[in-house]
Amino acid sequence: MNVTTLKRKLDLTPKPAAPVVALPPRTPDRLAPWRKRGRALVDAVLPPLVVLVVLLTIWQVGASGEGSGLPTPVQVWIDSGFLFMEPFYVYGTQDIGLGWRVLTSLERVFYGFGLAAVVGVLTGAVIGQSALMMRGFDPIFQILRTVPPLAWLPISLAAFMDSGPSAIFVIFITAIWPVIINTAAGVRAIPQDYRNVAAVLRLNQVEFFWKIMVPAAAPYIFSGLRIGVGLSWLAIVAAEMLTGGVGIGFFIWDAWNSSRLSDIIVALAYIGGTGFILDRLVGWIGRVVSRGTAV
Amino acid sequence: MKYLQIEHLSKTFVNGAKTAHVLSDINLTIEKGEFVSIIGHSGCGKSTLLNLIAGLTDVTTGGILLDGREVNAPGPDRAVVFQNHSLLPWLSVYDNIKLAVTKVFGSSKTKAQRHDWIMQNLDLVQMSHAADKRPAEISGGMRQRVGIARALAMEPKVLLLDEPFGALDALTRAHLQDAVMDIHSRLGNTMIMITHDVDEAVLLADRIVMMTNGPAATIGEVLTVPLARPRDRIALASRPDYVKAREAVLRFLYERHRFVEAAE
Repeated sequence: MNVTTLKRKLDLTPKPAAPVVALPPRTPDRLAPWRKRGRALVDAVLPPLVVLVVLLTIWQVGASGEGSGLPTPVQVWIDSGFLFMEPFYVYGTQDIGLGWRVLTSLERVFYGFGLAAVVGVLTGAVIGQSALMMRGFDPIFQILRTVPPLAWLPISLAAFMDSGPSAIFVIFITAIWPVIINTAAGVRAIPQDYRNVAAVLRLNQVEFFWKIMVPAAAPYIFSGLRIGVGLSWLAIVAAEMLTGGVGIGFFIWDAWNSSRLSDIIVALAYIGGTGFILDRLVGWIGRVVSRGTAV
Repeated sequence: MKYLQIEHLSKTFVNGAKTAHVLSDINLTIEKGEFVSIIGHSGCGKSTLLNLIAGLTDVTTGGILLDGREVNAPGPDRAVVFQNHSLLPWLSVYDNIKLAVTKVFGSSKTKAQRHDWIMQNLDLVQMSHAADKRPAEISGGMRQRVGIARALAMEPKVLLLDEPFGALDALTRAHLQDAVMDIHSRLGNTMIMITHDVDEAVLLADRIVMMTNGPAATIGEVLTVPLARPRDRIALASRPDYVKAREAVLRFLYERHRFVEAAE
């Protein structure tokens, strides 16, 4: 076999093109994006829902025994379901829906945490600017931040002599430490380059704070605020054991004193839900403020 | 005319018991409109010298005079183009320059004038198309262009460039060198540029200041580059005076002042 025979075997003539078939135009599926969104929602909601049902079932079975001290979920629903269904009823000055109570507590948290946020960020900014101050203050903050909210109560009462401001102080003092510590860490982490830019432009202290420090440290500041808002909501029960009145924290204390366990469980659900929303809210604000770099 | 005068400048860093004598007895006079490159091995104190001129670091002894006034603090009359651009990542390109322009011309220009000035400087570095982009959305070369625009927008007496193209690839670097040459010929700024690239120094500078190795580095030699402007990198490559200037710098760096790594 030589080269010429090999070549002859190759068929190099172009084959006729395949017939062109006209396809019907595709109708655009206008519902597609909605279907996609619906599926995403199901993916997000279904797993926690299943887990919730399983947990409630275990609770139902576990608490069904004769001598059980805990009400079953069904019993809770029978006893206190109306607290879920009507969050905003008003039957008297002390007998109001849990929605109102949560709002009253949120007002306290708003003052306490708001104060902690402002004071915490400013203090953190000042301390973070100086290595010496950082060395001096940081160990003390690290110790103070571990003190539980309840432990501040007596001191707070002694200092303020009045339950209203004392409650706000307890929330404040619980929430402020992570805000200070994180802000200071964020300020320390500002790259020298940004400081040089500020120096060349001769930014003054106030301009430096708003234009460089706050945006540069925003991711740190907002993770501090997020921890802080969680802690201040944790402190609400402790704070309201002291003030009495209409808050959700006091409601639990009051329900315990009159043995209404079902009410307490409903209140726990309210507190948990509210805390979750607060956490997400601060996280969301952080994302908006720092344009996607924070939390 | 003496525009920038550096006299008997030395710098010692003290850190606890350790003292590091970085720069010793630097004397240099730069005229208005001059382009000076400072070259030397890494660690010789080039950047320290630039920081001293910028006022970002305090002088130990000696002094720096700019236009008859002593330099003792940073200010927009000595704008710096930093090695790693130092743009604020949360601001758009436009807003980064606006921060500088508002600070420097807040009282002397109206809002409309300031806007025009920002756009004019962006045009100068051919970056007006990216005014609304954030630094993270543009390339390294583009960021450095914006860094130059921000420095120029301060209308500085001296533009200080701290190894501005060190982190860029060779092709982008060449583009930016051309841009800097173009700006220098159009505006006639006084510029001081730190570099460790011999070709860059020869191509851009009127004079090349060569630093000896540290510790206690000082100016070893000053070479005047006799090449006429405008300079073209391709035409220059084969010209004997370019080759000679390049050789002089190379000889200084690699024969007389070799970098000894084991000095510590």
